[in-house]
Amino acid sequence: MSEWRYWFAEQKGTLLALGIFIAMFVIYTANHPAGFTANVVQTASNKGVLLAFVAMAQTLVVITAGIDLSVGMIFLLTNCLASWIVVGTPLETALGVIAVLLVGVLCGALNGAIVIYGRLQPIVATIATGSIYFGIALLLRPYPGGSVNEDLADALTGRLFGVIPSSLVALVVVVLVVWVPFRRSVYGRAAYAAGSSEVAAYMSGVPIKRGKFLAYTLGGLLAAIGGLFLTFFTYTGEAAYASGNAYTLFSIAAVVLGGVSLFGGRGSAIGAIFGAFAFRTIGDLLFVFDLDPLWQPLFQGVVLLIAVSLGAFALFRVKNRLEWFG
Amino acid sequence: MSDTATTGGAASRMPRFLRKVDPAVATSFACIIALLVFGSLYSTSFLSPEYLLQQLKVASFLGVIATGMMLVILLGQIDLSVPWTVTTGAMMASAAAAFGPAGIVLAIPFGILCGILIGLVNGIGVAYLRIPSMIITLATNAVAQGLMVVYTGGFSPQDSASEAMRWLATGSLVPGVPNAVVVWALIGAVTVFVLTRTTFGRSVYAIGNRERAAYLSGVDTRRIVMIAFAAAGGLSAFGGVLLAGYASKAAQSMGDPYLLPSIAAVVLGGTSILGGRGSYLGTVAGVILITLLQSILSVMQMPEAGRQIIYGVVIVAMLLLYGRAPASR
Repeated sequence: MSEWRYWFAEQKGTLLALGIFIAMFVIYTANHPAGFTANVVQTASNKGVLLAFVAMAQTLVVITAGIDLSVGMIFLLTNCLASWIVVGTPLETALGVIAVLLVGVLCGALNGAIVIYGRLQPIVATIATGSIYFGIALLLRPYPGGSVNEDLADALTGRLFGVIPSSLVALVVVVLVVWVPFRRSVYGRAAYAAGSSEVAAYMSGVPIKRGKFLAYTLGGLLAAIGGLFLTFFTYTGEAAYASGNAYTLFSIAAVVLGGVSLFGGRGSAIGAIFGAFAFRTIGDLLFVFDLDPLWQPLFQGVVLLIAVSLGAFALFRVKNRLEWFG
Repeated sequence: MSDTATTGGAASRMPRFLRKVDPAVATSFACIIALLVFGSLYSTSFLSPEYLLQQLKVASFLGVIATGMMLVILLGQIDLSVPWTVTTGAMMASAAAAFGPAGIVLAIPFGILCGILIGLVNGIGVAYLRIPSMIITLATNAVAQGLMVVYTGGFSPQDSASEAMRWLATGSLVPGVPNAVVVWALIGAVTVFVLTRTTFGRSVYAIGNRERAAYLSGVDTRRIVMIAFAAAGGLSAFGGVLLAGYASKAAQSMGDPYLLPSIAAVVLGGTSILGGRGSYLGTVAGVILITLLQSILSVMQMPEAGRQIIYGVVIVAMLLLYGRAPASR
C-alpha cells in the first residue's frame, strides 16, 4: 500500500499532465468537424511529437537545475542540416541521419562543456550558444529550401496498419531507447541528485559532472531528433529566428505543464511529453471553436500564465514564512 | 579557492586606487579600447567624434533597457519579457499620440505606464506568488505579444510617433550632444544614486545576496522585488518609446533584438547573474562594448549569420575570462 503512495507522489505531475491532455483532447475531438478519426489523430500527433521531442530535451537539462535556451536553435540547425544531407539512396540517407544526430550531440555536448567545465550560468551560456547555432543554421540555409528522402519522411509521418500514427511510435521508441536507460543509469540518478542538491550529491561522491554532461548531451540529441522530424514534416529546411525562439519558449511551457520542477531534481520526460501534447491541443482548441486565429497568441499566453500561477497554491501549505524565500 | 588567493595576492601589491577597480569592469573597458583600436585599423573614421557620438546614441537605447535588466539581475532574477514590453511601450505610446492634443501630451507617460503594468504583473508573480522569474516573465511576454497582435491585427500599426518622442530620440538640446545620450545619462545618474545612496538600493543588493537574511533584517523583501520589476518594465517600455521615436513608428517584434544584448551587457559588465554583486559602471561598459561590437561587425559588412556566430563566441569567451562561478568544493 505505501509502495503505491510513493509511486503516486512521484508521478503526480506526470499524471496531472496526462489528465489535462486527455481532457483537452476530448474537448478538441468532440468539437472537431471530422470527429475522432485516424486522420485527426495523425495530424495532432505529428504536430505534438515535434514539441514533445524538444520538451524532452529541455526536461533532461531542467532536471539538473539548469535551463537550455538554445534547444530551439539546435532544433533549427539540425532541420537545416537535414534538408541538405538526408537525401539520396537508403545508405546515403542513413549516413545523413546519423550525421544530423551527431551534430545534435555535439551541440548538446558544447553546452554541457561550457556550463559544467567552464562553470558559466546556463541561462547566459545557452543564450550565447543558441546565437552561434542560429548563425550556423543561417549559413546552411540563408533562404528556405532543400529536400529530404520522401520515402523515409512519408513512412515516419504516415500511419502504421492504417490506424497508429508512426510518429507516435517513433516517440515511444525514442523514450525506450534514450530516456528509460538514462533514467535507470547511475548518470541519470546523478543528474537528478545534482538538481536536487548539488552540494549533497557532491559530498556523497555522486558523479555529478558526468551526469550533468550526459544530460546536456542527450538533450542535444533529442533536439536533433526533433529537427529531423521537422524536416520530415515540411520537406524543407528553414532558419527562422522566431520559430526557434517559439520552440524554446513552448518547451519550457510544456515542461512546466508536465510537472517538471524548474528548480531541478523532480519530474520526468514522460510528463513533459504529455505537457507538450496538452499545450499543442490548447493552441488548436481555438480552431475547432472557429475563433479568429489572431487571438491564438493571446489565448496561449493566458493559458501559460494561469498554468504557472497554479503552482502558487503550494504557498498556502507553507507553515514557516522563511520557506517562501527558498 | 586557489583562484581568489592568487588574485588577492596580486591585488595587495597594486596601488590602492587600482585595487578598488572591479576586474570585470576593467576587463570590459580594456576590451572596448581593443575594439576601437581594431576598428581604427580597419577604417580611420572609426575614431572620429561623429562616429563615436553616433555609437553612443545607438547605445543609449540599449542602455535604458539594460538599466532595468540590471535592477532585476541584481535581485538574482531575470526579465525575459523585455522583447514585448519594449514593443508594447512603443506601440501604446504611438497609439496614444493618435488621440488628439491630449494624447500627444500623454503619449510618453502612457507608453511607460503600460510597461510598468507588465512589470507589476511580473513583480507580483515573482514576489508574492513565488513563481520563478524565468517562467512568469516568459508568460507575461507571451500575453503582451498576444495583446499587441490582437490590437494591431498582426501588422505594423499605422500610428506614428509624436513630435516629443522623435525629439527625445533624435534631436539635440545641447548642440552636438544627442538627446538620447542625455536621457541615458540622467537615468544612469538616478540609478547610481538609488542603488548606492538609498535604502531601496541597498535592499536590492541585500535581497540578491540572500533574501532570507534580508527578510529577517526587517526588509519588506516582497515589496522591493515587486517595485524593482515594475521599474524594469517601465524602463523597457521607455526604451521602446525612444526606439519608436528613432524609427518614427512602432513595428512588430522591434523588441526581439534587445533581450540577449541587454542580458549580455549586464553580465559582461561584471554583474553576477546570481544577484547581489555588480556596479552600474560595469553595465555602461557592457552596453558600449556590445554596441561597438555590433557596429564593427556591420561596418565590416559581415552577413547576419557570421554576426550571430561571432556575437555568441565573443560572449562565451568573455564570460570564460571573468564570469566563472567558483568550483564546488
